Amino acid sequence: MKPLFTAMFSVSVQAADFDVGAETAMLTAGDAAAGAVVSFIGLVRADVPMGQKVGGSGTAGVTAMTLEHYPGMTEQALAEIVAQARNRWQLLGARVIHRVGRLLPGERIVLVAVASSHRHDAFAACEFIMDYLKTRAPFWKKEETAGGGRWVDARESDDNAAARWMMD
Amino acid sequence: MKLLYFASLREALGVAAEDLALPVGVATVGALRDHIIARGEPWAALARTKNLRCAINQVMVGVDATVSDGDEVAFFPPVTGG
Repeated sequence: MKPLFTAMFSVSVQAADFDVGAETAMLTAGDAAAGAVVSFIGLVRADVPMGQKVGGSGTAGVTAMTLEHYPGMTEQALAEIVAQARNRWQLLGARVIHRVGRLLPGERIVLVAVASSHRHDAFAACEFIMDYLKTRAPFWKKEETAGGGRWVDARESDDNAAARWMMD
Repeated sequence: MKLLYFASLREALGVAAEDLALPVGVATVGALRDHIIARGEPWAALARTKNLRCAINQVMVGVDATVSDGDEVAFFPPVTGG
């Protein structure tokens, strides 16, 4: 059986922040076939009107967010999602990092970076991994607001986004 | 078997994990859920969790999936990562 992950395909669940530049550089280091890298970075959103500065006065939105996960299953689910992406597109590398613990508005939550020879596969695989991560990886967000804590409800639009890949 | 609860369900139950012998007559994860709910409060929180999800041995499954003694079975609300 070939290994599921070489150094170019890896997933991490961690409390620490990540360096987007270093991660995307590592993804293609020494690979002359790489012609495209697509990366998605998810941030903690304060849910305030567009353009309002994070931490600005009068902010009624989210003051912090805590990410809970299912240790063991989380890594397995992310690895499975990446494996499915590899089956669908020609990929040279993929890196998924998801943070857990307490995060503040503006902080990075998730990185999905995908390398391929051409942009189409990289764009598609990056979006596929994010859509599947949203509905299949066992993470849960709890928001803190001035009024107290609240668990984030799952969105039907996320289920729909993941489902459209099954019709291809 | 080992049972695990996460997120809002864990908070509602006040329990993150418990050990349970596979109840007589329980063959599927759906039947296991019903057995837990039948214990009364606070376990009825499983019935109140909209779109309750379950995993057996860290793989997400449907309610018809077969459970065995020794399995790790997790119940949780729909995931909200990313």
